[in-house]
Amino acid sequence: MIFEIFRQEREGQPFQHGGSLEAPNLAFAETYARELYGRRDESFALWIVPRESVEEILDPYVADVFDRDYRRVDGYSLKVKLKEARELAAKNAPHFPREETSAISDLGPA
Amino acid sequence: MSEEDLIRPAGSRSEGSVPESAQRILELADDELILGWRNSEWTGIAPFLEEDVAFSSIAQTEIGHARAWYELAARQTERGGVDADALAFDRDPDEYRCAPFVETRLVPDWARTIARHWLYETADAIRIEALKASGDPEVAGLAEKIDREETYHRMHADMWADRLRDEARFRGAVDELWPSALGLLEPGQRDRLCEIVGREPVEANERGEHTEELRPLWEEMTMVRRSVPGASW
Repeated sequence: MIFEIFRQEREGQPFQHGGSLEAPNLAFAETYARELYGRRDESFALWIVPRESVEEILDPYVADVFDRDYRRVDGYSLKVKLKEARELAAKNAPHFPREETSAISDLGPA
Repeated sequence: MSEEDLIRPAGSRSEGSVPESAQRILELADDELILGWRNSEWTGIAPFLEEDVAFSSIAQTEIGHARAWYELAARQTERGGVDADALAFDRDPDEYRCAPFVETRLVPDWARTIARHWLYETADAIRIEALKASGDPEVAGLAEKIDREETYHRMHADMWADRLRDEARFRGAVDELWPSALGLLEPGQRDRLCEIVGREPVEANERGEHTEELRPLWEEMTMVRRSVPGASW
């Protein structure tokens, strides 16, 4: 059996894939994992997972054809949105140059 | 360990420089060195890679434990100039105090290798437990330290014994090795081994005489050191 070994380097850190090993059962896998990933005190904790328990998804990309980027786990890209908003605001905002302002006042009572 | 426990009949010439209290330590050190050496013969040829790494590592820590015991024995010798290397490599084969149990070359028989490994680790646990209660703080302290590494050895040995328990070759190997396994321990500690292993006591193959296999092992083990006598490496 193939086992995938995940190691946590320090307490509280995420587990990261360390590698895999071959062993006839979980007891052997534990012994070998301790030897390969633990004997130099390089891991705080280990996860030992039979490879067959790992569901592998090879083509995880879901095309966002409708541009619903608000559904993305990383949320809005505010930087881009803000830039766009500023540009739009600058373009549409009423423009009152000084000369024009004085021109309006020069109109006087109708 | 009381002084009385440590006393052994005086051995051959170079042992005269080692006090009686260190003789028991030498038994341990020699067992660990020779078994570590025999187990290291599996490096590169174990049944599969993970086991190769694990078993080689165990062999290496046994030799590391031998080194620690030799250093302790050397410190306890009154005459200067005896160091761990001298004790490990400069004695004649007849002066080694290891049990016949650890001397045999078992490659390429994995069933017998695991039977010996399991019996050795089980017996060694009893011995280490007794040493942890030694009145000599150096001995007790070292036994405590070594026991922490031995925990892994026992885990490995028990896992294999459990897997091969119903295998005829393994059971036959345990039968064959049982009398010499008993010889590893002091007579007073043997009942405990019988109890843990679940076997009846038999006449032990005692420590003292060596098998014919020790000399060729010694020739190889000390070959490089003897090639340049007295060299500072």
